[in-house]
Amino acid sequence: MAVAQPRREAAPPRRRHNLPDRAWGASLGVLGVAVLVVALLILSELWRVAKPLLATTGISRFVSTSQWDVVRETYGALPFIYGTLVTSAIALVLALPISVGLALFLTEMSPPRFRAVVSFPISLLAGIPSVVFGLWGLFVLVPILRHDVEPFLARTLGFLPLFQGPRIGLGYLAAGAILAIMILPTITSIAIEVLRTVPLSLREAALALGATRWETIRIAVLPYARAGILGATILGLGRALGETMAVTMVIGNSPTIRASLFAPGYSLPAVLANEFAEASSGNHTAALAALGLLLFVVTLLLNVAARVLVRIGTRGPRRVAA
Amino acid sequence: MKSLAARRAVNWIMTGLCGAGVVVAVVPLFSVAWLVLSRGFRALNVDFFTALPSPVGETGGGVANAILGTAYIVGIACAIGVPLGVGAGVFLAEKGNGRLGEAVRFTAEVLSGVPSIVVGIVAYALVVIPMRRFSALAGGVALAVLMVPTLARSTEELVRLVPGSLREASLALGVPWWRTSLRVVLRTALGGIVTAILLAVARAAGETAPLLFTSLNNQYWNFSPDQPTASLTVQIFNYAVSPYSDWHDKAWGAALVLLILVGGLSLSAKVLTRSRFGATR
Repeated sequence: MAVAQPRREAAPPRRRHNLPDRAWGASLGVLGVAVLVVALLILSELWRVAKPLLATTGISRFVSTSQWDVVRETYGALPFIYGTLVTSAIALVLALPISVGLALFLTEMSPPRFRAVVSFPISLLAGIPSVVFGLWGLFVLVPILRHDVEPFLARTLGFLPLFQGPRIGLGYLAAGAILAIMILPTITSIAIEVLRTVPLSLREAALALGATRWETIRIAVLPYARAGILGATILGLGRALGETMAVTMVIGNSPTIRASLFAPGYSLPAVLANEFAEASSGNHTAALAALGLLLFVVTLLLNVAARVLVRIGTRGPRRVAA
Repeated sequence: MKSLAARRAVNWIMTGLCGAGVVVAVVPLFSVAWLVLSRGFRALNVDFFTALPSPVGETGGGVANAILGTAYIVGIACAIGVPLGVGAGVFLAEKGNGRLGEAVRFTAEVLSGVPSIVVGIVAYALVVIPMRRFSALAGGVALAVLMVPTLARSTEELVRLVPGSLREASLALGVPWWRTSLRVVLRTALGGIVTAILLAVARAAGETAPLLFTSLNNQYWNFSPDQPTASLTVQIFNYAVSPYSDWHDKAWGAALVLLILVGGLSLSAKVLTRSRFGATR
């Protein structure tokens, strides 16, 4: 993903009265504006479908109650919000250190040829469709979690409420783990790009003072790249929040709030995937669209924040902290 | 101050930890690839590619309608999304330095992070509700919306890569701007744009979430745009979460076909890029 925008002036039409030129310019303009229209359509259509429910239930009640009962027509989004947040948090905790370490290893520590060999499989990982990840998660990851990882966690960290309860494999932990694998390429590739923009002179200064390679990274490279890595993390988070298929297949699909990471839960995209096609009433559809709207607004804000941070990050901070 | 030996030890430990990241990242990839290959290969036979899905409870049958359905839906998506996306990209490169261009560029960037399932809801609201039925068209619209931002951004980059001297030479010969744009600039960038389209198609073919409640699924052949249509990805999902082991095998088989399709498209995009760079002197 290219971050820098080349700023070369395209040749502008000088003679404005030239009709074909104006027509060409206008049709290009229409296509450009169409992108803006698509964005507005997404927002307005979600709002239009979701409005009946938000009008009767109210936004604050919708997001703060946890009853999701289609038959009684009570819709509370809290279990889905909770599940989305928990799985994304697990994904970040697992993926962030690995991807930053990987990015550091590839930019700062390994020979260039090795870099090419390793970045290729990572880009392949990014290209695997999420339903295939879900299939793999369901038949490979979940059994491993059930038989090996979860018993181990229960033995060693079982005093925490996070690691108690029945161990069925399907649940928050499985969803978080598969999300971690899926956002790893995203964070890694952007972090690599950010790390490449760190000026060589900073590294040389640290090395000249006698710092080891790791100390150079710690005192010179990481402080400079902090904003950009934060941006990469937020982009990864945005992807984790909206990821649908893999999560739907392994999270267990139970609209409840449990403290244990072994327990089955539900996430915003997962409930959309499972219930939208069979939504029985107008209100049910509206409630689901409201969940979609919530997801859209949150990912939109995260994306804007991340883009700004990555832009600052690749430009470098104005003053490097001493 | 710590001793040099201690600092060196920390250095090597951290290098080791970072290097371990390589293993952690590559192991899932190989595991996915190995399982899809080994389990998927067993499910493949002639019926798999030529027959319709078998009814519940019967073994055998295939996913032929889903393979063609995916091609059909992606074809509709291309018909809508490619002109829009490429056009917006050309706009950004040719006239995108003003405030409008900035806004379009930012919107495209942000749109590329919108969850695909949300786009599915929008296609549902725009197409399924007015038509009162699930349809291939709705699925195509959803995938088209997903294609536009990435296509716009890569097209812009490719058009901006065209040397200014080519454009200037054409303009200096008195060729009007629109012709220069179309016949010189776009022509030069064409190879790259085709590559970008192939990559977008590969991505669209792998999407499941936006199809779940737009094109839905279909047990039979369908070639009319206003009817529910089967797709490989939705079929994988339905088979995977079913309780039947024969369907699980089918899911792996379909995943193998999907990976070959997606991988083949990406690979041909790569080959195209290479031959293009080989051809330009």
